[in-house]
Amino acid sequence: MSGHASNEMRANVGWTGKGSPFSIGYGKIMMWFFLVSDALTFGGFLVAFGLTRYSYGGAWPIGEETFDALPFLSGSYPLAYVALMTFILIISSVTIVLGVEAGHRMDRRGVTKWLFATIVGGLVFIGSQAWEWSHFIHGTNFGRVEISDGSTATVKGKFGEIQNFEIVRPGSHYQGVGEKITNANITAEDGDLMHAFQHAAAKRKLSGTAGAMMITLHDGTVAKVNKEADKDLQLIVKVPGNEYAVSSADDESTRIHEDEGSVELYYEALAKGNVVYGANLHENEYGPQTYGHFFFFVTGFHGFHVSIGIMLMIVVFINVLKGTYEKRGHYEMVEKVGLYWHFVDLVWVFVFTFFYLI
Amino acid sequence: MEERDDIIEYSLYNHHDEAEGKKIRKKIWKVTLILSLVTIFEVLCGMYVKQGDSISWLAIKVIFIVLTVVKAAYIVLTFMHLGDEKKIFKWIVLLPYLIFMVYLIFIGLSEGAALFPRMH
Repeated sequence: MSGHASNEMRANVGWTGKGSPFSIGYGKIMMWFFLVSDALTFGGFLVAFGLTRYSYGGAWPIGEETFDALPFLSGSYPLAYVALMTFILIISSVTIVLGVEAGHRMDRRGVTKWLFATIVGGLVFIGSQAWEWSHFIHGTNFGRVEISDGSTATVKGKFGEIQNFEIVRPGSHYQGVGEKITNANITAEDGDLMHAFQHAAAKRKLSGTAGAMMITLHDGTVAKVNKEADKDLQLIVKVPGNEYAVSSADDESTRIHEDEGSVELYYEALAKGNVVYGANLHENEYGPQTYGHFFFFVTGFHGFHVSIGIMLMIVVFINVLKGTYEKRGHYEMVEKVGLYWHFVDLVWVFVFTFFYLI
Repeated sequence: MEERDDIIEYSLYNHHDEAEGKKIRKKIWKVTLILSLVTIFEVLCGMYVKQGDSISWLAIKVIFIVLTVVKAAYIVLTFMHLGDEKKIFKWIVLLPYLIFMVYLIFIGLSEGAALFPRMH
């Protein structure tokens, strides 16, 4: 495709600056050189990630366990959303290639159509990544606990729904012993029952044992927590303690199950405040501190590149609509922005493999 | 469009007609299908073989890495049209990158292996 007409032109190429090397325009050459440098940067980050991850062994989270949520649905769908995001990004790469092909035929409508589809794909991807971040930061219902023997465990199972808080000793806002605080009459400060419960757990404002937990709310109200029993609560030991060894990923029997006292151990940890929910700048519920750091840094740096790519494509799209490239006689700019977009897709393929799969 | 006499605008001569275009589009869809099948295969492998110290997990890891490199090769050579460029340019882009990455991975693994016993 490129360079097939260049043999006549080669006679003209000398040191006058008329021709460019390899019979490709300088703009394209420079985009390739930039992509090589950026690829080296990402390669460096991924190797650093691999080195760090390897040193943690069994304490490092497993992709399928951490990323198993789908928006608007409850339940466990390991890696489903991430696989969908990968698929969307690959399809957006296909649409831009088709746009470039249309440009080689000076098919303005084709270029418009395919470039628009690529922009939409990019926006869907970045929106999905934003949802992933927000879900990661928010955390799961169970969080991660440090149990009595000093080991650390993440939790799997179905969290029993909190029905209400039954007031035992009223505080400044809630009145009436025996009255029930539900999601309908809870204050805005407390949020909802689940948030109030998690807040209290993290701040050592829970006490009692499994099935008979007491909570102290912001205003000083002490109440009994009425919640459904959890279903099949399993503790997955990540860091060993005095009694429990690290659970191995390929053998579920190495986890702590209900018949081994997992429920009692979990609520004992909650009552002591030994629980982490979600992720913040200091710690996360999924694994070691560096796990959070790498997750946000690598996916964030990639997401930053995706955002830049979307902006560049919008600029080119406006120019396509204005007819700039028709007048110019070629759609090379679409090709250059397409190269950048393919690079973004390629990086994601590697991030997906190394961060989520392996 | 004006022809400039101070630079050669190569893209002006790189157009193709609808017949050529049909063949090229067919190739694009073929590569898309290959990439999708490979990805589906990878995800299924990931779902059915659990992580751990088993030999099957080690095999799966190697398969993942090989397949990812295969996907990358398809994207770079066909979607990014590097395969259509002059051979020398192909090598100028790929060779430094490959040398650097192979070395980086080697040194990453060596240094990681040296660190690992000291961290636990």
